[in-house]
Amino acid sequence: MSRIGKIARRTFLFGAIAVTGGAAFGYYKMVETPPNPLLPDTGAALNAYVIIDTSGITIVAPRAEMGQGVQTTLAALVAEELDVTLDQITVIHGPPAKAYFNQALLGNAIPVIEYQRKPWVHDAAEFVGNAAKFLNLQVTGGSTSTRDAYVKMREAGAQARQMLIEAAAKRLNVAANSLRTEAGTVIAADGTTIPYTDLATDAAALPARNVTLRDRSDWKILGTSQPRTDMVAKSTGTATYGVDVRLPDMRFATVKMNPKRSGMRGFDASEALLMEGVEKIIDLGDGVAVVATNTWLAMQAADAITFDWEDATYPADTEAQFAIIEQAFNGEPNSTARDEGDVESVPAAITAEYRVPFLAHATMEPMTTTALFTGSALELWSPNQGPILVRDWCAKAVGLEPEQVTVHTTLMGGGFGRRGEYDFAVLAARVAREMPDTPVQVTWSREEDMRHDFYRPAAIARLSGTVQDGKAVMLSADVAAPSCSHQAMERWLGRSMGGPDTELVAGVYDQPYAIPNYRVRGYKADLDVPVGFWRSVGASYGGFFFDSFIDEMAHAAGRDPLEFRLDLITPEHAPSAKVLEAVRDMSNWNSPLPSGVGRGVAFSYSFGTPVAQVIEVRDTGRGIKIENVWIACDPGVALDPHNIRAQMMGGCIYGLSAAIHGEITHTDGEVDQFNFPDYDGLRMASCPKIEVNVLENALHISGVGEPGTPPAAPALANALFSLTKQRPRSLPLWRDYSFV
Amino acid sequence: MARTLTINGTAHAVDLPDNVPLLWVLRDALHLTGTKYGCGVAACGACTVHIDGEAVRSCQVALGDVWGAVTTIEGIGTPDAVAVVQQAWIDHQVAQCGYCQSGQIMQAAALLAQNVAPTDDDIDEAMNGNLCRCGTYPRIRAAIHDAAKKLQEA
Repeated sequence: MSRIGKIARRTFLFGAIAVTGGAAFGYYKMVETPPNPLLPDTGAALNAYVIIDTSGITIVAPRAEMGQGVQTTLAALVAEELDVTLDQITVIHGPPAKAYFNQALLGNAIPVIEYQRKPWVHDAAEFVGNAAKFLNLQVTGGSTSTRDAYVKMREAGAQARQMLIEAAAKRLNVAANSLRTEAGTVIAADGTTIPYTDLATDAAALPARNVTLRDRSDWKILGTSQPRTDMVAKSTGTATYGVDVRLPDMRFATVKMNPKRSGMRGFDASEALLMEGVEKIIDLGDGVAVVATNTWLAMQAADAITFDWEDATYPADTEAQFAIIEQAFNGEPNSTARDEGDVESVPAAITAEYRVPFLAHATMEPMTTTALFTGSALELWSPNQGPILVRDWCAKAVGLEPEQVTVHTTLMGGGFGRRGEYDFAVLAARVAREMPDTPVQVTWSREEDMRHDFYRPAAIARLSGTVQDGKAVMLSADVAAPSCSHQAMERWLGRSMGGPDTELVAGVYDQPYAIPNYRVRGYKADLDVPVGFWRSVGASYGGFFFDSFIDEMAHAAGRDPLEFRLDLITPEHAPSAKVLEAVRDMSNWNSPLPSGVGRGVAFSYSFGTPVAQVIEVRDTGRGIKIENVWIACDPGVALDPHNIRAQMMGGCIYGLSAAIHGEITHTDGEVDQFNFPDYDGLRMASCPKIEVNVLENALHISGVGEPGTPPAAPALANALFSLTKQRPRSLPLWRDYSFV
Repeated sequence: MARTLTINGTAHAVDLPDNVPLLWVLRDALHLTGTKYGCGVAACGACTVHIDGEAVRSCQVALGDVWGAVTTIEGIGTPDAVAVVQQAWIDHQVAQCGYCQSGQIMQAAALLAQNVAPTDDDIDEAMNGNLCRCGTYPRIRAAIHDAAKKLQEA
């Protein structure tokens, strides 16, 4: 109660960051419905999510499909209430528009630890989330897509259905309540059947009504695993990703930007200009673009250019960068996001320091965007997670108004947070401006992509704790890192950010543990290595710090690590306790360990979803192999169980890949890693068997794209401790352990 | 000098320098975009195609060195007539982002052509060069076993 009262009137909370000087909005503005952006050439848009024309039914799923299956699940929300089957519809991403603002993303900003929220706080968060409208935040991220869409897209389906029924009632001159709907048709009592496609134009002229959503027990599509709408295309090479856009007379280009992320004093492209297929070399100020007839020819020419780069503005090597992060502990905390009891009153019995490196996203499809500039218009085909950001920043870059820019959001070959930036689109727009009336696709080489990322921040944690009678009685955690939220918000909104950033301490301050003296402080490191949102953001390292240290405390207490966690979690958050119990049972946790086998458990609550994982490792003699993973999660409502299991597996594998292999280091201001041989992930032979159980005890629906990642590294680290009795306190693990 | 390549059973004239990798011939000159660029150094397998039935990384085969008939993901099946291995991918709902899956499927198809009943070890060995950042490996393995069974029954 008191914390929510701390929202200052002129301070707008955003992702738990204060945007000082932000606008204050009246109630009306907060609840006002933005206009429907859909103006189809043919047929009718019944609302912002449903277009029906004579050829069929199209559902707008305005979140980026980067592999998480979101377009299928969002379409299913509409389809369930509209009474159409998924094979009857076409799903499109749709245009950038205020109507598609992500309310849940900003709702997360409310400064009350999520698992502790009372229902009224949950409602307040929804209200605060309305502000996303004003910031034009149509963003795919924060594991918010289904949670944001859960009510509004079902309502859109129900409203469209109601309008179609009323249109049919008028046409047949019967009462609306005598009609029913099924598989895209309205059916009258006498058996007369009218397809939605015949009714759409009439229906669109009717006003939207208040609707009642169906009870879950009546669901036919939701709650059941659905074939993904993109699966056939992705299995036949016919899905169009950003790099697959082909336009008449299109040119292929690549960029070579300063690897020190700074300016350029000069370059010599005399050799490159003579190379086959090269049409143009464009000075971008801090790098160049090569335009050619073929991407590879452009990349070859780019490699033949010599540059005189300006130096990095950040410390030039990794050691110096960590020294800056370490120095942050000497300053004032940026946040004290949790402060229960009095940690200073309890002498610390165990202390530890943990470290994690910068990480790249390394999406399989490198950064790319295709652009066509005509002088008065700019058209973009861009795999991106924030189409309004792309539209507005590209408009600015080429001197147009946002209304003059069209953005097509394509399928994307992975996102993981990287495509929430817009740098790749702006570069393409700037290249296109130099090639008027000629479409140009700008594709980064893998090396360019790896070395020009916005990295997951490196971080250091200092933890201390005390156990008494087998329980944790004190835990103090200080975390220092550069703020990816402040950096990303500054890039998104174009103004400087300050204030407390609880994302710095995510995965640490917000865990459902009943520890009487529990304090978490964040320290913002003054380090401008480019950092950004990486799958699960702060919890990606916070989960490792917190849960590893809980494991240390369990061993210090002489307790079974799983029971130790369960004792502390049970009184605090019942759904979290249930996921721990589930992995205990799935993994046969209490069975004796065979020799040469280690077993570790980890738990992390992130993005509203508690996830527990047990990992079993075996010493094969040729190295350590991760053999088995058991995962239990609770997203409240399991809209598509198969897809949720896939996200949990994928999130875990992404986390394990980073834990074992992932690190971005710097020498002389430049990233040392170039390509997958320097930045590998799990492969078929190193991937464990994984079993997932999806529970539904939590009060509210929550996301699944990210929460599988935070427990992966600590579950592996705890298993390695179980096997070797050596406690991993820094990542990546390949430095200290040999894996097969 | 224009060269002629046989791709998916059709002859294509290509007028590009001999050193351009097959990958970029397919993608940028012929607009066969199912084959993907991931790394350019044979470290990810996204560009896997068949030359005379053998799985190769098309980013490492120069146009001038293409020694036989090329088959790409578009050549083994279409959305209306999927290959057995593609149907297994659909049945197991393998793909997430899907970007690596053309390469995964072409690698798996080559494995199945040589080995009618691959073991888990065979799959590890054949598929280890194909990177998937979404982590679809458990379903890829299941789909390969399933496709092997279906191919044997056929």
